[in-house]
Amino acid sequence: MRRLLCASLLTTLLALPAQAKDELVIGITQFPSNFNPAIESMLAKSYILAFAQRPITAYDASWQLVCMLCETLPTIENGMAKVETLPDGKNGVAVTYVLKADARWGDGKPVTAEDVAFSWEVGRHPQSGVAGGELFRRISRIDIKDGRTFTLHIDRLTFDYNAINDLRVLPAHIERSRFLGAPAEYRNRTAYDQDTTNAGLYNGPYRITQVVQGSHVVLEPNTHWAGKKPFFRRIVVKAVENTASLEANLLSGGVDMIAGELGLPLDQSIAFEKRNGSRYSVITRPSLAFEHIDLNLDSPVLKDGRVRRALLHALDRDAMTRQLFDGRQEVAHSVVPPLDWVHAFDVSAAGFDPAKAASLLDEAGWTLGGGSLRANAKGEKLSLELVTTAGNRSRELVAQVMQSQWRKAGIDVRIRTEPPRILFGETTTKRKFPHMAMFAWYSAPENVPRSTLHSSMIPRADNSWAGQNYSGYASPAMDRLIDAIEVELDKPKRKALWRELQALYAADLPALPLYFKADSYILPKGLTGVEPTGHQDPSPYGVENWRWE
Amino acid sequence: MGVISHPVLSRLTQSLAVLLVMSFVIYGLMGLMPGDPIDLMIAGDPHLTAADAVRLKALYGLDRPWTERWLRWLAQVVQGELGYSRLYARPVADAMGPALVNTAVLMSGSLLLALAVALPLGIAAAIRPHSLLDGAVNLLAFASVSLPVFWLGLMLIGLFAVHLGWLPSGGMVTVTGEGGGSLGDRLAHAILPVSALGLAGIGQYARHMRAAMLAEAGHDYIRTAKAKGCSPGRVLLRHQLRNALLPITTIVALEVGGLFSGALITETVFAWPGMGRLIYEAVMGNDFNLALSGLLLATAMTLGGSILADLAYARLDPRVRAR
Repeated sequence: MRRLLCASLLTTLLALPAQAKDELVIGITQFPSNFNPAIESMLAKSYILAFAQRPITAYDASWQLVCMLCETLPTIENGMAKVETLPDGKNGVAVTYVLKADARWGDGKPVTAEDVAFSWEVGRHPQSGVAGGELFRRISRIDIKDGRTFTLHIDRLTFDYNAINDLRVLPAHIERSRFLGAPAEYRNRTAYDQDTTNAGLYNGPYRITQVVQGSHVVLEPNTHWAGKKPFFRRIVVKAVENTASLEANLLSGGVDMIAGELGLPLDQSIAFEKRNGSRYSVITRPSLAFEHIDLNLDSPVLKDGRVRRALLHALDRDAMTRQLFDGRQEVAHSVVPPLDWVHAFDVSAAGFDPAKAASLLDEAGWTLGGGSLRANAKGEKLSLELVTTAGNRSRELVAQVMQSQWRKAGIDVRIRTEPPRILFGETTTKRKFPHMAMFAWYSAPENVPRSTLHSSMIPRADNSWAGQNYSGYASPAMDRLIDAIEVELDKPKRKALWRELQALYAADLPALPLYFKADSYILPKGLTGVEPTGHQDPSPYGVENWRWE
Repeated sequence: MGVISHPVLSRLTQSLAVLLVMSFVIYGLMGLMPGDPIDLMIAGDPHLTAADAVRLKALYGLDRPWTERWLRWLAQVVQGELGYSRLYARPVADAMGPALVNTAVLMSGSLLLALAVALPLGIAAAIRPHSLLDGAVNLLAFASVSLPVFWLGLMLIGLFAVHLGWLPSGGMVTVTGEGGGSLGDRLAHAILPVSALGLAGIGQYARHMRAAMLAEAGHDYIRTAKAKGCSPGRVLLRHQLRNALLPITTIVALEVGGLFSGALITETVFAWPGMGRLIYEAVMGNDFNLALSGLLLATAMTLGGSILADLAYARLDPRVRAR
């Protein structure tokens, strides 16, 4: 027995580095706690489900809205979307989608309009556990024409009327019985968590065949997938939370690649590339994650626009991104990332100009006097607090660099770090930061910043702290622009409105824009076809094109 | 046994009371933690409205005072129902089961390794105090206590997984090819995390063993045994070691709770899906049912270990048995 054990151990050890080329092991830093695509959004879940579940529409790698489960993207121009007048006299829109004829669940059953109607029913039910009910509430009715064709009646006409990325299709033939009768229990009874390896839950190129909780998820080809045949016989997504261990896993062959969506921070990837660039390709893709500092505009100091501008003029953001991130994170001037088609390249927020910062602060009554720190006429020091997430190494580093640059301008900044749970669950959500809060927003292409900049979205106790306008920014001009952009269907006119919005943002500075983060994908040299997206629809939506050369 | 059954019953009753108080304290601390899962959802999802926030808080019972929720939880537990994990959308026992087994493997392996190395070293050091060997054991013990486990873990991974390629760098089984999940494969994956935790434990046990042995060496009964002509080996093993094991038994028994509450840092470094990570995620995610069950299990095991220590004392020391 002892000999057998030793032989088995030796065989295993010797066999460790050998890996079949039709398998791919992907390392990510998070494990999804559940798998129902409609309940509770989580990046790790979105990433894994992207191999196995296709939405009706999604953004592709060039940030264009495309059909995934539908035949043609419905538009007013092609006649598949029609403006309709609602009983209250306002405009709504009826959008008709035709599902692909060969769209199948993993058990061979077709993906039908009935599935879409059922998913809508689940999404709008107040007790189903689906978090964001906005899209489901906007859809007032669904007309089913046949098994593949359905019309959504949407209660408003906005430029993104045909984007239904958040309507995740659930297989009614499996989920309906679990939902009906006890909708409040659906989140605990869904087959996605009770029977995760049921092939009928997945309509993408792969299906989940094994889940080892907290460790890894195995995906194998969906035999009923009618699209391009995927290359890999088996894909394993392995969770390694510690990024140093994840890097070691890559180097030791424990994983083949590290996903950019949930991988190494950029500074660690850059260091990795310098050491191992001959064996691995490090691809960085600018994303729409907007790193910035929200300013609490209730603060008497920060109410003054001159102080806000001075704070930005005192920062050398170009040098920061060059020194810390090898210049791979583009400096931000507003909320719109450079890869977005509505980005205004001619708009820029206050650039590095220490003299300008000094004169603005003098003008605002914050003078140097004899000391190194500025003070006002009452002798109060210009002292601010910057709160940010604990445990994010590069963010803490950036905070320290900024602290030193502000110090040179005579501004004292204290840095306070909090665990993300407290920062996002309490401090920002309830606007408890006294001056500044540094974090990132992650949104969609051409995302209208209603929740972060509209005055109706300032979190308050009486609105249950909903809304993300943590700065407390209230500008009638910004409100008007946001309202106008949402309903402007004409693209050139909308682009002009977007330019105005970016210019207003750069002038008002309700927050200090820092940079747009870049995702870094670490791939072995032989792996091709992985196309980073930089937005919330992850790269595995193109998994059919991935292969070993 | 009959003599000690009453104290054991008494200790069990006390333990139940402690568990009840602990459940109240843990629930209260979690309930008072800033931010709840719905607040976090609001921060992450721009489409969540005020109405959504109210609806979801009611759905998850977060709109009720934590004391009321604790009473409901208690009533449920009394009926033998641990409830559902909010995070994992499955019964708490199902969510906890695999992690519990993984943690027990990791922790018991490392405890056994630590004891197997530390006790002989402690004894050897005590036999010749202030010798070269004693100095070496002391140095090793201080190094073991001082080195952070995460650093040690990363160094072991760097050496044995990355540079030498002898052992896997993380996880519990090989996830590609054939043969993943065999006994040999599992053992290979356990070597590094067990070694990291075991090495970290060696120091304290070696120091305790050495100190206990030296303390016993000065007692009259040792001199008497030697004067009566007992061989040095007999004196060491039958007299000195037996009594020196008493404090070690207490320390080891109190580690029993740790066998089931896991080692968060080691589990994270080695991607080992155990109780440490599960409890951490449950606490951070306000998964009251799961966090409470995990933490109370660890408390119960510690209390159980303490009772076991008393029983072991009675077994090892006739004076205790007589009382």
